[in-house]
Amino acid sequence: MNKTRIRVLVGKPGLDGHDRGAKVIARALRDAGMEVIYSGLHQTPEQLVEAAIQEDVDLIGVSVLSGAHMTIFPRIKELLKEQNAEDILLMGGGTIPEEDIEALITAGHVEALFTPGATTTEIVSWIRERVKLYE
Amino acid sequence: MSNNFLSWKANYDTLKERKGPFFTVSSVPIDPLYAPGHTVDIDYQRDLGNPGEYPYTRGVQANMYRGRLWTMRMFAGFATATESNERYKYLLSQGQTGLSVAFDMPTIMGYDSDHPRAYGEVGRVGVAIDSLQDMETLFQDIPLDKVSTSMTINAPASILWAMYIVAAEKQGVPANKLTGTIQNDILKEYIAQKSWIFPPDPSMRLITDIFKFSKDNVPKWNTISISGYHIREAGSTALQELAFTLADGFAYVEAGIKAGLDVDDFAPRLSFFFNSHTDFFEEIAKLRAARRIWARHMKGKYGAKNEKSLLLRFHTQTAGCSLTGPQMENNIVRTAYQAMAAVLGGTQSLHTNSMDEVLALPSEKSVQIALRTQQVLAYETGVTNTIDPLAGSYFVETLTNQMEEGAEEYFRKIDELGGVLGAIRENFFQQEIADAAYRYQKEIESNDRIIVGINGFVNEKKDDKMELLKIDPEVERAQVRKLIALKQSRDNIRVQTTLTDLKEAAKGSDNLIPKIMDSVRAYATEGEIIAVLKDVFGEYREQAVF
Repeated sequence: MNKTRIRVLVGKPGLDGHDRGAKVIARALRDAGMEVIYSGLHQTPEQLVEAAIQEDVDLIGVSVLSGAHMTIFPRIKELLKEQNAEDILLMGGGTIPEEDIEALITAGHVEALFTPGATTTEIVSWIRERVKLYE
Repeated sequence: MSNNFLSWKANYDTLKERKGPFFTVSSVPIDPLYAPGHTVDIDYQRDLGNPGEYPYTRGVQANMYRGRLWTMRMFAGFATATESNERYKYLLSQGQTGLSVAFDMPTIMGYDSDHPRAYGEVGRVGVAIDSLQDMETLFQDIPLDKVSTSMTINAPASILWAMYIVAAEKQGVPANKLTGTIQNDILKEYIAQKSWIFPPDPSMRLITDIFKFSKDNVPKWNTISISGYHIREAGSTALQELAFTLADGFAYVEAGIKAGLDVDDFAPRLSFFFNSHTDFFEEIAKLRAARRIWARHMKGKYGAKNEKSLLLRFHTQTAGCSLTGPQMENNIVRTAYQAMAAVLGGTQSLHTNSMDEVLALPSEKSVQIALRTQQVLAYETGVTNTIDPLAGSYFVETLTNQMEEGAEEYFRKIDELGGVLGAIRENFFQQEIADAAYRYQKEIESNDRIIVGINGFVNEKKDDKMELLKIDPEVERAQVRKLIALKQSRDNIRVQTTLTDLKEAAKGSDNLIPKIMDSVRAYATEGEIIAVLKDVFGEYREQAVF
């Protein structure tokens, strides 16, 4: 498969409408040369996974500020598994306490979580390192 | 500028200057010194006025805090009505002087707690209110003729307001005694907060129905809280917050007039809601400019005759987006400075954030500190001893003027795009906000803007663990069980009849508030009422930009 650019779906699941972080990240990734699809608001995990597969992305980046992270990340992972799309990486950010971050990562529900204070530079680096591009 | 100033400046220019840049958040360059030459064109009567006198730059009341302190009104709500009722009683016992309800995302978006979309979200960012039963529990033992309550609810505002009015009815308190506010500001939802349900036209109809119903039935109620807070939180500059909020305000005035009301019938009950961010003087200038701009437009453009129609009364909340995760205790300090700016800006009502709100809803300990912040400000600092103490400051008056000029420029741009609704369709506000948010983040990442604990004075050692408020997942299950029981025990025929009546009325142009109240009295749920309205009004879809 020929691919020269990393493809990312930036998603806002659930009912929360706070999209400042998601949009800043989306723009930073676009500025860093990635192809970014922004899902828009109020997406269900099902809708996000469907879009991710349809758009053939390398990574889903999810922003959760509503406290529902312990439900949403596992659900997305579950759906990716069901649809044989486990090669799509999952990362995210939002208002997520330290111990929940540890729990989610340890249980394999998400690859990485970036909380308020993380820089766009950090996130771009992480993505570039983790996403393998095939010649 | 005087020769005296110019010679000072010549000397200043030879001196070393520390690393800048020296700009407000709105990118207004700040001079090292402001002097009489800066404010020589200001006319006291025309541009400032005494407090309580046109154009109200110095305050909306003649006596301001010498008469009465601002209302200490802490935004609160989590889990179910029972837990939130306890928190309200706690806050009242700790000296807060007004109530403010935070609802959960399902309630905000018009879903009942048992809806599939509500899964995982019940009670997490606010209190779950599904029906009148929950509203009654929320205010159990809180006499609604003795408190004023602000409810942060927008698309479903008519329903939650109806629930509050009926809950009060059941306490024996008539609607004409009720004081409080509903946020009810749909325009800023499309622009910034994004908790919309219906498209703009039916949403504006609901809002003007509320204006009309309030005039004759709930006359002491603030029917709307025209908000800049969320616009700012989404990333706008102070100037954009000011301009976009007031533009929304003018749009509501025009909507009320178009719906057949005389401006003085409803304008006295319009209120506002601003952010208080960390650039101290810019925030004060913003608030003073807001009062002056509103008064000038209401008198000049809209011909308001009642003095109350000219008054920009507002609530303020300190900036959530300025708080940091690392070294969370520093947030207490940020909140204190922001609270002081709000008070020096003449706010009528104030919420101060808790230090742990970066990661969770406030713990009891954190919210006490946040409330004490206001009390120290009110009783220990002396800033309330005189009215609008910064008036006449060369710097503050210059900034206030610059804010007003900048806002007027934005009003022209918005008019060119066909007003607020036209500008929303063009994604004008949304793009301005996204650009400003990106710029702010880049300033931080390039160290042009230092945030303590983030890119300056960072601790090597990890922070001590903080006890955060946790919402037990059992909350959701309990709320769903309660809802199921309610649906079984109520008169379902009556519910269906009221909903059918409401649907018919929604298709026409009758005021919907009485019909919504009928459904509420029958214990129809919020979700059921919204579903009926969605059927008639449709749903809004945004074309997202980043």
